[in-house]
Amino acid sequence: MSEVIAPTRTPAFEARLKKRYAAEKRFKALGLGAVGFAVAVLLFLLGTMFANGIGGFQRTVFEVPIDFSRVGLSVPDTDNDSVIIRSLQSQGLPEIVQFAAEETLGAEGAAQVNSQAWRDVAAQIIADPTIIRRGATFELPTSEDLASAFAGDGKRDLQPLARDLAERGLLVDALDWGFMQRSDATDPQLAGIWGALMGSILTMIVTLLLAFPVGVLAALYLEEYAPRNRWTDLIEVSINNLAAVPSIIFGLLGLAVFLTIFPGYRSAPIIGGMTLALMTMPVIVISGRNAIKAVPPSIRDGALAIGASPVQVVFHHVLPLALPGILTGTIIGMARALGETAPLLLIGMRAFVSTPPSTFTDNATVLPMQIFLWSDQIDRGFVERTSAAIIVLLVFLLLMNGLAIYLRNRFEKKW
Amino acid sequence: MVTQDTLTPAPATPVSAEDVPVGAPKMRARDVSVFYGEKKAIDEVSIDIHTEHVTAFIGPSGCGKSTFLRALNRMNDTIASARVEGTIELEGEDIYQSGMDVVQLRARVGMVFQKPNPFPKTIYENIAYGPKIHGLAQTKGEIDAIVEKSLTRAGLWEEVKDRLEDSGTALSGGQQQRLCIARAIAVDPEVILMDEPCSALDPIATAKIEELIDELRGRYAIVIVTHSMQQAARVSQRTAFFHLGNLVEYGHTSDIFTNPREQKTQDYITGRYG
Repeated sequence: MSEVIAPTRTPAFEARLKKRYAAEKRFKALGLGAVGFAVAVLLFLLGTMFANGIGGFQRTVFEVPIDFSRVGLSVPDTDNDSVIIRSLQSQGLPEIVQFAAEETLGAEGAAQVNSQAWRDVAAQIIADPTIIRRGATFELPTSEDLASAFAGDGKRDLQPLARDLAERGLLVDALDWGFMQRSDATDPQLAGIWGALMGSILTMIVTLLLAFPVGVLAALYLEEYAPRNRWTDLIEVSINNLAAVPSIIFGLLGLAVFLTIFPGYRSAPIIGGMTLALMTMPVIVISGRNAIKAVPPSIRDGALAIGASPVQVVFHHVLPLALPGILTGTIIGMARALGETAPLLLIGMRAFVSTPPSTFTDNATVLPMQIFLWSDQIDRGFVERTSAAIIVLLVFLLLMNGLAIYLRNRFEKKW
Repeated sequence: MVTQDTLTPAPATPVSAEDVPVGAPKMRARDVSVFYGEKKAIDEVSIDIHTEHVTAFIGPSGCGKSTFLRALNRMNDTIASARVEGTIELEGEDIYQSGMDVVQLRARVGMVFQKPNPFPKTIYENIAYGPKIHGLAQTKGEIDAIVEKSLTRAGLWEEVKDRLEDSGTALSGGQQQRLCIARAIAVDPEVILMDEPCSALDPIATAKIEELIDELRGRYAIVIVTHSMQQAARVSQRTAFFHLGNLVEYGHTSDIFTNPREQKTQDYITGRYG
């Protein structure tokens, strides 16, 4: 008589068991592969960007000593920088710089000093006026042609000159802090990101000021006050759809509505901010409603039962508890708005803006738009500048998110 | 200290219509029906609530006792489909008339819920919130006094006086419920409604709350909904038995538990159903 084997101890069962474990191993390996692939892509992206971008924070300069003690410049006694610059210009600073360059670099080299190089010298004189009594070694930006030649492409006939000057230690790549202070320029040697950064900051301020209160109030009204009927259902569906509308449509809306009402403010942060606010608001409404829904009804009951009015319930209890969730939604919306280019193309924020905007109505461009504009340029110098601008955009994004996460954690309460 | 005495049901206080002189009732409900949409949850209930009394609502689940309780301070207003017919008067004033201020009503008729629901704020702020929004106290000193008085009356002062700035949610379940009672009495209400205040608590915490209810009876009209017949017998002077939205029987607690008039009441209190 054969021995009775329990069904879970038969060879068939053990074979099935083996198969099950094998399936699990396969699944784990696939998942690990997917994660590895994602990490590799991310590292590659960040790696190439930083490798290129570091170059974008540098520029090619001549090291030229200038001795001002012989020429007797004077700095007018004023705080107005542009007055000082104009005075220095009329006292012949551009010619002095050019002369000093010729002495050090020779005529051929001096011809490749950037025509705006004297402005950097003027800026250093403003920062430290005692320079005009002694002199110093200045870093004069080169022309774009020589910068390309120094990097090993561009005009072939300039390459021997670049090699020669580099060997003599007169031509170097130096860290360019001015990149963070200047605005767009046609010459990549003179281009900077400050104008676009300022434009982004101003636009984001407008977006936040419009989208946050409107979004939060709409979410509160819809959750706390609105009756449940066909109209509120319709509004809910509309808001959900609005969040999914392609951003360029909002640009068309901004063009058709805002620029018709305010025709004078083409390319201004205020119009850009209004357009992006339209796009951000539905995201804030949706996340806000979810956060408000998540506030336990017992808290509402408790407040109502001691005689708090509905408004007091909302502002003393519901809103503080929902705020972390609302802030999370706001971060997502604002991050999307910060990286948005398409709607701003349509309302004219793609103009060449060489003076940084200082008010909401000045002409401006924004960081992603600046990246788009520079990536379109043929000059080699702009390739690195583009990567540098991307790094600035990402750092700005990280700072913004970091602030929001900090605020969210501060407001988070346990119950 | 919990002794065997406090845990076992004490003999019901012998109260009868003759030996307790009862003035005009604090709240008077007449032919009150409550609807949720088309469904009638309460069917023409008439009842008087007296001050310095604990009135217990008992009955099987879904009999409408909590619904009726929430009708007494219009907490049903928060449910869109709820509708109340009939009249409920607080000291002769119809609380459902259009001129009635619901905020003022709820300050006069406080409520304690089944699950302790302290605000996620400090213990101090939990108590101070009501007096602040109603403007009952102007200075910090006055609010401090109210906080101390309310916590003392709720029997919580000794336990929390050194940690008033801790979060109310950090307390134990029983302490949280007493905090909620202190929060309700901080605005000096006339009636306190309690919706199964002990159902989420252990027996020791329950005993403390019951002691507290007995002490508070001297100042307020207390209405308590409970699933526990022993609790109703221990703490209340009057008991109302609800069944399927009807008020089956209402009378002195001793009568209801020893000598019910209705067969249904008899069946329920002897545990035939429920």
